[in-house]
Amino acid sequence: MRDVAVVGVGLHKWGELWDKSLRDVFVEPALAAIDNAGVDHIDSMVVGCMSGGLFAGQEHLGSLLADYLGQAGIPASRVESACASGGLAFRTAFMEVASGMSDIVLAGGVEKMTDVSGDGATYALATAADQEYEVFNGATFPGLYALMAVAHMHKYGTTRDMLTAVAVKNHNNGSMNPYAQYPFKTTKQEVEESVMVASPLRIMDCSPITDGGAAVILTTVDIAKKLKKPIIKVIGSGHATDSIALHSREDMTTLRATTLAAERAFKMAGKTIKDIEFAEVHDCFTIAEIVVTESLGIFPAGKGGEAALRGETGLDGKFPINTSGGLKSKGHPVGATGIGQIIELVKQLSGVAENGRQLKKTPKIGLAQNMGGSGGSTLVHILEVI
Amino acid sequence: MFPARAHREYPHRYRLEAGQCKKCGKVVFPRRLICPVCGHREFGKVILPDTGKLVSYSVIRVAPSQFTDEAPYAIGIAELTNGVKLMAQVADCDVDNIKVGMDIRIEFRRIQTDGHHGVLSYGYKFVPKWY
Amino acid sequence: MVGIVGYGAHIPRHRIKVEEIAKVWGADAPSYKKGLMLTQKSVPSPDTDTITLSVTAARNALLRAGKVNPVEIGAIYIGSESHPYAVKPSGTVVAEAIGATPEIHCADFEFACKAGSEAMFVCLGLVKSGYVKYALAIGADTSQGAPGDALEYSASAGAAAFIMGSDNLLAEAVDTYAYMTDTPDFWRREYQFYPQHGGRFTGEPAYFKHVTGCAEGMMKKVGMKPSDFNYVVFHQPNGKFPMRVGKMLGFKKEQIEPGWLTPRLGNTYSGSSPIGLTATLDIAKPGDMILMVSYGSGAGSDGFVWKVTDRINEVRDKAVRTTKLLDENITFVDYGTYAKFRHKIRKND
Ligand SMILES: [Zn+2]
Repeated sequence: MRDVAVVGVGLHKWGELWDKSLRDVFVEPALAAIDNAGVDHIDSMVVGCMSGGLFAGQEHLGSLLADYLGQAGIPASRVESACASGGLAFRTAFMEVASGMSDIVLAGGVEKMTDVSGDGATYALATAADQEYEVFNGATFPGLYALMAVAHMHKYGTTRDMLTAVAVKNHNNGSMNPYAQYPFKTTKQEVEESVMVASPLRIMDCSPITDGGAAVILTTVDIAKKLKKPIIKVIGSGHATDSIALHSREDMTTLRATTLAAERAFKMAGKTIKDIEFAEVHDCFTIAEIVVTESLGIFPAGKGGEAALRGETGLDGKFPINTSGGLKSKGHPVGATGIGQIIELVKQLSGVAENGRQLKKTPKIGLAQNMGGSGGSTLVHILEVI
Repeated sequence: MFPARAHREYPHRYRLEAGQCKKCGKVVFPRRLICPVCGHREFGKVILPDTGKLVSYSVIRVAPSQFTDEAPYAIGIAELTNGVKLMAQVADCDVDNIKVGMDIRIEFRRIQTDGHHGVLSYGYKFVPKWY
Repeated sequence: MVGIVGYGAHIPRHRIKVEEIAKVWGADAPSYKKGLMLTQKSVPSPDTDTITLSVTAARNALLRAGKVNPVEIGAIYIGSESHPYAVKPSGTVVAEAIGATPEIHCADFEFACKAGSEAMFVCLGLVKSGYVKYALAIGADTSQGAPGDALEYSASAGAAAFIMGSDNLLAEAVDTYAYMTDTPDFWRREYQFYPQHGGRFTGEPAYFKHVTGCAEGMMKKVGMKPSDFNYVVFHQPNGKFPMRVGKMLGFKKEQIEPGWLTPRLGNTYSGSSPIGLTATLDIAKPGDMILMVSYGSGAGSDGFVWKVTDRINEVRDKAVRTTKLLDENITFVDYGTYAKFRHKIRKND
């Protein structure tokens, strides 16, 4: 396998982008990534998108987006793993470069979610759950994470305060991110008085509906050196699956796919969780961040909530989580989220995170965890500055 | 909902038919072609018990359009007396008084109506076991 | 000898009080309660319809039937004026849910409030003829009264199911009788949401004429008089009519009371006298004689004479008792919730 590095990133402001179509939402950051990398071409492209069909009535995205990116002719494909589609696109591009199939690959993600009604978006997102045995019976995504939350609260004594701490912390971080959909700070009171969606989760426990795209350029470390870029190397990539139906899992207070994907990424990197300085994790709901930090081994099982409450996951904490603002504040254009996480790692590792959210001691190694559905798939990537 | 999609699920939804691995005894609901525990491919038919305990629940306040008439409604995961877990709505309960560990019974209910013209979909819901 | 091998009822959990309906329409609740002899009625939630009520009642009947294998049931008839589909049988769903398909005959019956007893009548005939070993008869409704109409105070929901057979009986059908004329006291035309009725024309020329005609004909046929019966169950569109018709025929209040559920259940239409019979069987002793007379607008009555057997003592507590469903674990709803449950609120869809 060849060593692979990220040499360019491209992002635009996420949000309700009424004037932009699916293709615009993708092409703008993709062009920015190409410019940022300083490459004169790409050899191929992989785009993560959860549901172009249900959100925008558009499939066949590899060809459409390659064409509008001015790259018609290259091999281009769309990959899907629900909300982990972006992470999967990154891994697929990584494998393509590492294997020697291509030298310069664009890994992108996109979701155009506001071309359907709220009900249409709920329906599209729910296709990531078990359609016949969860959704049929009235489950919604907030509802599934609420089931995890109630089970976690029952088993470990996790409290409302702890969920709130995650939302407040992520909005604080996101307030410093110029690309965030909701770059405002929030308070305990605002979170705890917000609309109840699926008890115990309120709207301020949930990530929003977002239009957004993101792209990065991967190439070999050798080519990266010629481009005279700082070398941010992909040292670990892990991918794992689990039953998509929550009730089919042995234990719904942990995320087995996250644990497995992390083990695989650590093994490839020759590292352990102790070597990681910060992480971007999939906080589609506040409870998700707590359970993910436990499943990754950052905190012991049942202790993730307390750690969040004590501020250990804040910018000044001993293990900063979601310096970007996370899905909660930055937004969650599902297919683009996994690429957005990689971009935050690259910024932090390069010491260029905007508006004061740059970690005080520029980190050398960070981790991104991106999951699909209620945890039925997970991608974990570890990046290191060399 | 196209009728074929619901129709093939009737054995599960109407009668709680599950598969039981002929080698290791694992009960799978819905049925599968290969045992997730031992990899065996032959299954017998068993009917799930109709009682169990709630292991988690949530009260849905913001409901998808096909369920808005029922909001607020509760969903839950129950572990039946044979250890099988499944997800369903918790009907006929005071949504503010649901508890983990609550005893439930399975009842036959209408699940979705597909508007005013579609095929009615029936299935199982949990109700508090009060007798 | 033919009769009942298993019986079961189901009643939804929600109730609405007469006062709550009267408040909305500006009616005087005390006079309605007195006039109808009714305090509340059952309300089905949006996930409950004639089919779901029928399945639960049928499962209770199977529990009491003991060794009956559902595949031995050769016919299923559901009587209802609220079949969920205009075209597509209710009975197939119930047959599928209890595991009685595919060798089974099925039809949905409609005869206003008499459809349930009609199903019982036909099932007994099929068993007696030897065409089928067991037959399942169900009376079930989620009946609707037009908002503000007098019927809105009583139209309720519930179901009763009876497995008829020729051995292992818990009650023998000693004899049956039917009495019918063309009397348009209550009707609903195609595409109409709520039924219409003839006001006071529903009384003397309709309910009272047919119920007394049927009861008298039934008693004459078997050579019995009111005092020969331990209990009597009449169709009960409200609390008052069955008491009055009982008095007219010479029955005592005590004979009527165990099956007189309408004061706290409302009129379950096709389920009315069948559910009354389940409550009566719940307390009957071996050897007891029960007269049952249904009534359906349009109009007609079915009469049955039941003789309870020793087996009643073994089976009555194999399933939940009807009065338990009626009086325990109930929740009162306000008119707004009731209107939402019954789709009385117009929405965009
Ligand atoms: Zn097995």
